Amino acid sequence: MAFIPHTRADVEEMLAVIGVGSLDALFEEIPAPLRAAELTGVPEALTEMQVGRLMRERAACDGTPLCFIGAGAYEHHVPAAVWAITTRGEFYTAYTPYQAEASQGTLQLLYEFQTMLATLTGMEVSNASLYDGASATGEACLMAVRANRKSTSRRILVPTTLHPRYREVGHSIAGQQGLVFEVVPYDPARGTIAVDALDRAAAGGDVTALVVQQPNFFGGFEDVDALTDWAHAHDALLIAVVNPISLGMLRSPGEWGQRGADIVVGEGQPLGVPLSSGGPYFGFMTTRKEFVRHMPGRIVGRTLDSAGQEGYTLTLQAREQHIRRAKATSNICTNQGLLVTAATIYLSLMGAEGLERTAAAAHARTRQLRAALLGIPGVRGAFDGPFFHETVLRLDRPVAPVLAALAAQGILGGYDLARDYPALAPAMLVCATETKTDADIERYAAALERILAPAPPSTANS
Amino acid sequence: MAMREPTIFECGAPGRGASDQWPTPSPDALADIPPQLRRKRRPALPEASELDVVRHYTRLSQRNFCIDTHFYPLGSCTMKYNPKACNQYAMLPEFLGRHPLAPAASSQGLLRCLHELQEILKSVTGMGAVSLVPMAGAQGEFAGVSMIRAYHRSRGDLGRDEIVVPEAAHGTNPATATMCGFRVREIPVNADGDVDLAALRAAVGPRTAGIMLTNPSTLGVFERHIVEIEQIVHGAGGLLYYDGANLNAILGKVRPGDMGFDVIHMNLHKTFSTPHGGGGPGAGAVGVSDRLAPFLPIPIVGEDRGSFRWLDETDLPQSIGRLSTFMGNVGVLLRAYVYVRMLGRDGMRAVADHATLNANYLCARLAALGYDPAYPSRRASHEFLITLKRQSRMYDVSAMDVAKRLLDLGFHAPTTYFPLMVPECLLIEPTETESRATLDAFAAAMARILAEMQNDRDQLKSAPHAMPVRRLDDVRAAKQLDLTWPGAPAGPVSASP
Repeated sequence: MAFIPHTRADVEEMLAVIGVGSLDALFEEIPAPLRAAELTGVPEALTEMQVGRLMRERAACDGTPLCFIGAGAYEHHVPAAVWAITTRGEFYTAYTPYQAEASQGTLQLLYEFQTMLATLTGMEVSNASLYDGASATGEACLMAVRANRKSTSRRILVPTTLHPRYREVGHSIAGQQGLVFEVVPYDPARGTIAVDALDRAAAGGDVTALVVQQPNFFGGFEDVDALTDWAHAHDALLIAVVNPISLGMLRSPGEWGQRGADIVVGEGQPLGVPLSSGGPYFGFMTTRKEFVRHMPGRIVGRTLDSAGQEGYTLTLQAREQHIRRAKATSNICTNQGLLVTAATIYLSLMGAEGLERTAAAAHARTRQLRAALLGIPGVRGAFDGPFFHETVLRLDRPVAPVLAALAAQGILGGYDLARDYPALAPAMLVCATETKTDADIERYAAALERILAPAPPSTANS
Repeated sequence: MAMREPTIFECGAPGRGASDQWPTPSPDALADIPPQLRRKRRPALPEASELDVVRHYTRLSQRNFCIDTHFYPLGSCTMKYNPKACNQYAMLPEFLGRHPLAPAASSQGLLRCLHELQEILKSVTGMGAVSLVPMAGAQGEFAGVSMIRAYHRSRGDLGRDEIVVPEAAHGTNPATATMCGFRVREIPVNADGDVDLAALRAAVGPRTAGIMLTNPSTLGVFERHIVEIEQIVHGAGGLLYYDGANLNAILGKVRPGDMGFDVIHMNLHKTFSTPHGGGGPGAGAVGVSDRLAPFLPIPIVGEDRGSFRWLDETDLPQSIGRLSTFMGNVGVLLRAYVYVRMLGRDGMRAVADHATLNANYLCARLAALGYDPAYPSRRASHEFLITLKRQSRMYDVSAMDVAKRLLDLGFHAPTTYFPLMVPECLLIEPTETESRATLDAFAAAMARILAEMQNDRDQLKSAPHAMPVRRLDDVRAAKQLDLTWPGAPAGPVSASP
């Protein structure tokens, strides 16, 4: 099935108009020795019916386990209206809105999205999205180098309480432009940034930016006011990495410290995007108006048409690769338009109150989960202090076999921290959202209790 | 002309909301969150009912052109039909509900699909190994150029700090080279659209890390000297990067690996028909020759006796690393997988055959009407360039005027003003899924526009007339920045915690 509409007569007549005798003749400029043989590595075509059956079988293989993993991707309720509209062909099969007059739907939606993200994060301007939370953080580091005229060091302070994958991706994306990522350890009692370590890092020379994730990777709260003021006192920019659902109830980065954060980024997935095995998601980025020309990615502006009516168009394109080429702010060409469509509809349905209630309901379930699991011998909390909708638990034995045993019962019990935080091991990060019920949590707790229980005497089984 | 659609902030009313969708947490659900961390003012988000929201965004959707409603001959973007099956089967509940950190043991169905996609893409491109990680074409380019850099460094060859790029290249090519820390050397293209070999010879040397090339090029012609280019660049110790934007033209006909390329990225949202979604998501899988395989971005899917798992830094210690939080745009990859399975081996060739047929046919039709192909002596690939230089001089019209008038006549405009080196150009890519009747209708619209150049210039210069808005003032948009809705009310004081 190649979805080609041509009849045999069409092909003959079209070849005649072109003035060639065969389809093969259209490829005569390709040097003959280079022509490909049959693609033996590509299977024969399937019909839609066959591929449908194949995909359903593959999907069924993976099942629908009960999920208590968060770690950067969160299972929230998604109203049916979100994807019913998002998958309309008019949004789904449109291109980047270069022809503004024929793309007012997408452009107005992106403008509304920018407005929503700006108010949510407490910043003045937003772009129309980046690839995902990790790559947005990498782009924010590059942007900080451009925007912070007071710093020449290209040193970015990256606490270990930032999502480990964000740190790795930041390094992959920005490392080749001479950025130096300096790791700041966490305080082992609280699971938050060790502020004295910041001072030690600053002693090594000027700092371009400090990255602060709130809530941090462990679900804990950083002292964002002090950290923001610390950054500004050291002429560094403050890059905030936030969970947008948490901003339904947490103070926005624009209100952190005396002057607020400078660049705000995060993973947009919690806003109406299913877990989807990891993507596509979208990253968001907001900032101060004074930095807007340093911002990467598409930006939509409202303007007037030739008749004086308002309309929307891509703007500040002079920053971008198709105009500036080697001098562009980034090589980014796409945004994640479809996911932004979903997020904009999601935020419209939720509004401020729905978002706050979602944050509260998700958090309440995590508190309930934590309480249930802490009641099991062999489980204890890792850190003191408050948390939001995700928390670290320590076990009395290696986590991996425990998680495997839970998975065998259809429960994804959490994220094993052994690889990223060996000093914390055996520990895991667990999360519940508003999608979980009392019965789900009881099921998890009962399964974990059985797995951690001392083995009964062997005679009991015989 | 359509009425203004109010912003979502003007729909609804204070106190209204889609409250049936909201959870009802207990009043003390946030009691343990320290008050000084709590929001004092709520964000100024819409206050609208579900029906308000559904109507607003449905109406907005109706202000878009899209493939499902319009011919979209946007050069270099391959706006082919996106089969509905791809969406349906990528959005099965198990795939949508799967957490990205779910263990491999409960992900075998997904991993098998992705592994097969890797294998199919290897076969189609003639490369030794594939990583599906990059989330867009530009990120695929970034991965590819990063691998070139890592390869030279791994050999202690540290002096190679330049990337050669033809002047006709996509803007992402030089931007990517810069992001990867390279200096860009642009080389000219000759009058027939091929790379200027003398300039290439002069440009390469011990500082050459590689060349980035699109073939067929962005001029809509096959680079005939590819064998010589390969010898020149490899002879100088550089590597060859293939920009896969135009892969649709050569599917099953000639493989980048056989042309001597060391690394390529593919735009799965072009060649393999995943939807563009209003500007994304894309997917920019990369393929490499065996010598670059150790540097592929992670994770990739490995197979061991019928069982699948992620390969990460422990398997690929020289990898350029991770580019996304989890595993790229999996949902896009699944759509591409469904598409390539439906296409099959023979479908690949049929795509290239008919994409090329459509481009050459439309080019011939437009030339017969009096439009000027930019490279008249050349066979078009899957796309072709028209230059309006002559019409621009004779009638004082621009490529932009033609583009805007096409919208009125029911066609999305071709790509305008790219490549930058060809004056007043339109880059036209019909794709294989368009019928001859559609191409004929487009040609008829172009004939009408040619007549308007002579008889009704005002109609053309002031187009569009039939869109929701008239021609927009881009200069004003950039000078008087208005990036957020000013009427959004300040958020109300938050309910006390």
